[in-house]
Amino acid sequence: MGFEGIGAAVRRREDLRFISGRGNYTDDINRPGQLHAVIIRSPHAHARIKGIDAAAAKAAPGVVAVFVGEDMAADNLGGLPCGWQVKNKDGSPMAEPPHPVLAVGKVRHVGDPVAVVIAETKGAARDAAELVSVDYEVLPAVPTLEAAQKPGAPLVHDGVAGNICYDWHLGDKDAVDAAFAKAHKVGRLELVNNRLIPNAMEPRAAVGEFDPASGDYTLYTTSQNPHVIRLLMGAFVLHIPEHKLRVVAPDVGGGFGSKIYHYAEEAIVTWAAGKVKRPVKWTAERTESFMSDAHGRDHVTVAEMAMDKDGRFLGLRVRTQANMGAYLSTFAPCVPTYLYATLLAGVYTTPAIYAEVKAVFTNSVPVDAYRGAGRPEASFLLERLVDICALEMGLDRVEIRRRNFIPSSAFPYQTPVALQYDSGDYTATLEACLKAADWAGFEARRAEAKKRGKLRGIGISTYIEACGIAPSAVVGSLGARAGLYEVANIRVNPTGSITVFTGTHSHGQGHETTFAQLIADQFGVPMSQVEIVHGDTAKIPFGMGTYGSRSLAVGGSAMVKAAEKIIAKGKRIAAHLLEASADDIEFKDGKFQVAGTDRAKALAEVSLAAYVPHNYPIEELEPGLEETAFYDPKNFTYPGGCHICEVEIDPDTGVVQVVNFCAVDDVGRVINPMIVEGQIQGGVAQGIGQALLETCVYDENGQLLSGSMMDYTLPRADDLPNIKVGTAITLCTHNPLGVKGCGEVGAIGSPPAVIGAVVDALKDYGVRHIDMPATPHKLWRIINANRPRMAAE
Amino acid sequence: MPKVSLTVNGKPASAEVENRTLLVELLREHLRLTGTHVGCDTSQCGACVVHVNGASVKSCTMLAVQCEGAEVVTIEGLAAPDGTLHPMQEAFREYHALQCGFCTPGMVMSAIDLVQRNPQGLSDREIREGLEGNLCRCTGYHNIVRAIAAAQQVMHGKVKELPRAAE
Repeated sequence: MGFEGIGAAVRRREDLRFISGRGNYTDDINRPGQLHAVIIRSPHAHARIKGIDAAAAKAAPGVVAVFVGEDMAADNLGGLPCGWQVKNKDGSPMAEPPHPVLAVGKVRHVGDPVAVVIAETKGAARDAAELVSVDYEVLPAVPTLEAAQKPGAPLVHDGVAGNICYDWHLGDKDAVDAAFAKAHKVGRLELVNNRLIPNAMEPRAAVGEFDPASGDYTLYTTSQNPHVIRLLMGAFVLHIPEHKLRVVAPDVGGGFGSKIYHYAEEAIVTWAAGKVKRPVKWTAERTESFMSDAHGRDHVTVAEMAMDKDGRFLGLRVRTQANMGAYLSTFAPCVPTYLYATLLAGVYTTPAIYAEVKAVFTNSVPVDAYRGAGRPEASFLLERLVDICALEMGLDRVEIRRRNFIPSSAFPYQTPVALQYDSGDYTATLEACLKAADWAGFEARRAEAKKRGKLRGIGISTYIEACGIAPSAVVGSLGARAGLYEVANIRVNPTGSITVFTGTHSHGQGHETTFAQLIADQFGVPMSQVEIVHGDTAKIPFGMGTYGSRSLAVGGSAMVKAAEKIIAKGKRIAAHLLEASADDIEFKDGKFQVAGTDRAKALAEVSLAAYVPHNYPIEELEPGLEETAFYDPKNFTYPGGCHICEVEIDPDTGVVQVVNFCAVDDVGRVINPMIVEGQIQGGVAQGIGQALLETCVYDENGQLLSGSMMDYTLPRADDLPNIKVGTAITLCTHNPLGVKGCGEVGAIGSPPAVIGAVVDALKDYGVRHIDMPATPHKLWRIINANRPRMAAE
Repeated sequence: MPKVSLTVNGKPASAEVENRTLLVELLREHLRLTGTHVGCDTSQCGACVVHVNGASVKSCTMLAVQCEGAEVVTIEGLAAPDGTLHPMQEAFREYHALQCGFCTPGMVMSAIDLVQRNPQGLSDREIREGLEGNLCRCTGYHNIVRAIAAAQQVMHGKVKELPRAAE
């Protein structure tokens, strides 16, 4: 056994099943007597449903049932709930229109579920779905932010005036106005943060099951948070009490946020299983994923930075419009507000900030958190604006950052937008990344590239994010309808092996390895003695799941707290066995030892005594060795760092090649560096995808043009470079592990570095900013339009 | 319904299928070999790649009835009977070339075929181009490329044991 504790690049224990085809994903699950569901979805962005004729479908071979919205309404079921209420500037609550599971009366986006066909086979269900005739009266659609806000625009929801969900603000407007009044110069930027479609490789799937003998329901689903689904679906939609509803999220093939939310299909299969008294399975086809998985980003923003004569930031003013889509997805309202505007200080000492965010309903798929969730939007805005400020001041991009950094002596640092950063060293990550990327040698590389006819550019971002979500009282005061603690239950078995039940969920993050390392370290036992269990509400006491890079910072901290309770109890048992005082017992290297002696009991001896309490302090202690901890974090965690990207553009084609990418991140303490590197590389890949390749496109009628993998450009292997990753850490000061989180930093830090590099490559073409994605077509047009002028100069 | 008989992972198999049944449906639903995944409906993602008569095939684009008499190998059939992993499987684990694992079976099957078709050895760039038909959303491909580069050394007999990744 090599070193496998904290800091070791232990190979992942989950891999054996995945590389040998023995994973257990939701669509791999087949229950006895299982039926198959096919969802009929709206082909229109906005239409009234005048009637649905399902008679032919119901009579088709193999069909068991066809259900429509009215069938669910007749059972008095609720709509899909929203988990976060944001308030308007005047204190009034946001507009929160109903979100029926199956559309009733009206459809509001292409892909809105209208009916479900349930049949013996998937083929029979598909065939019968073709026979369902829906009579639509097509209405004018408003698929974009611009269309939805035009005067007199059609309303997505009757009663939601102007399609405005909320008009929210944060910060000190007067202080910002005063800063601008005394500004030496102002940097200004208008930008679009492109709408993305998450595309986890595993399409969503759900299997509902009902046991008529017990009245118990079970849902197997592709979820990042099974307990949250149980709570939302049970309490708000289907009215099934939690003790009669089990939700299992088995192996899940990627989430990136898109599998946080409670989706209609989960409720449909669970409810339908109860109606037809047989298990019902639904698996999305990829085309359905494109039109039903929550999308990400989709902001339009104007930002201005006031600066003094030295380029120091005095005030930041931001106005953002955020697209909510047709309905409020589970956590949608908090993304462009509390996960966005609160990050606008970035790593800078800007003393005054004011942000206004208008959230708008459109005839498009609901938008919610996607990898980074609000923080990529904030970092893209801020880092692009800082580059513009450097141009405005005639300052070097690195120098303007240095001048404005929060110094490492200033922590804890209170920003003007609510957050208190606990630790960081922005100069350290900057310097390390400048060195790794050979920033100083760039001009020579640019000149060399020019000889080859290529336009070479370099870009930098020095970003921060807030994760480890979140202190329950804080988010509660901001409108969250949930607590955001995490739960760990540790069971030391009679023979000394350890089973850990965690409320977090792994869908690629490698929790079964990282958490086992952590527990092995806490208890001084080999990893082989530790089992990590997640993803089943019948096994795990409770949990809030995995998103916002919270699993280690919150879930790992809960494990430490539970381990402390186990060790405290173990000391009392050992003291009894060793005839010593509990105060004299130390726990070290897997042994309870009387301090200063060689008298000790191994963990397994203590656990055996706990379960076979023949010689046991039974008057003072209960038998058994199992403890649960709920850990509620005191603050967010604040990973940050520096990303540097170098690109070459072919001026004849506009094709961008990323030739170098370096990231140096401060993710707090690292448990498994191999897994951390992989998380950052994957995040950077999604960031490069956003910057260069990906975008969701609706036409003016609300048809989804980027509705398949043939139309939506996901990064492929030859689109991406090798991604160099390093860390320069400071410890989180408020959780017991000092960890911050690494799941999203890649996607948060990288897009501004990539676009900064593209803009730098085109600096002789009069370019100050380019909206994402910087496609060859877009760049070729810029290059081509500016060629004559350049030739004339 | 037509009956199709074929060899899957070295064992004879047969099933009655509809004319429209795809090879991937035969594998997953009739033979319960769920290691082969379906990630898209446009033959873009490559999660469903298996080997048919020694060549990699997207099993979502081939009808089951086209496989009459064929030899099919899936991810479940790669390891030796004693459980010894194929060098490509071993390399994916050693180089952390997977995260959620959903694209992995197709990625591994494609990578094996890519390496077998190129006995001269592949550069990193050529590996990236050779993975054109396989999507991964988790890893950014960096470690997949490293894993394939390492595995090809074993598969071509250049080294006996898989080079270890740096600690």
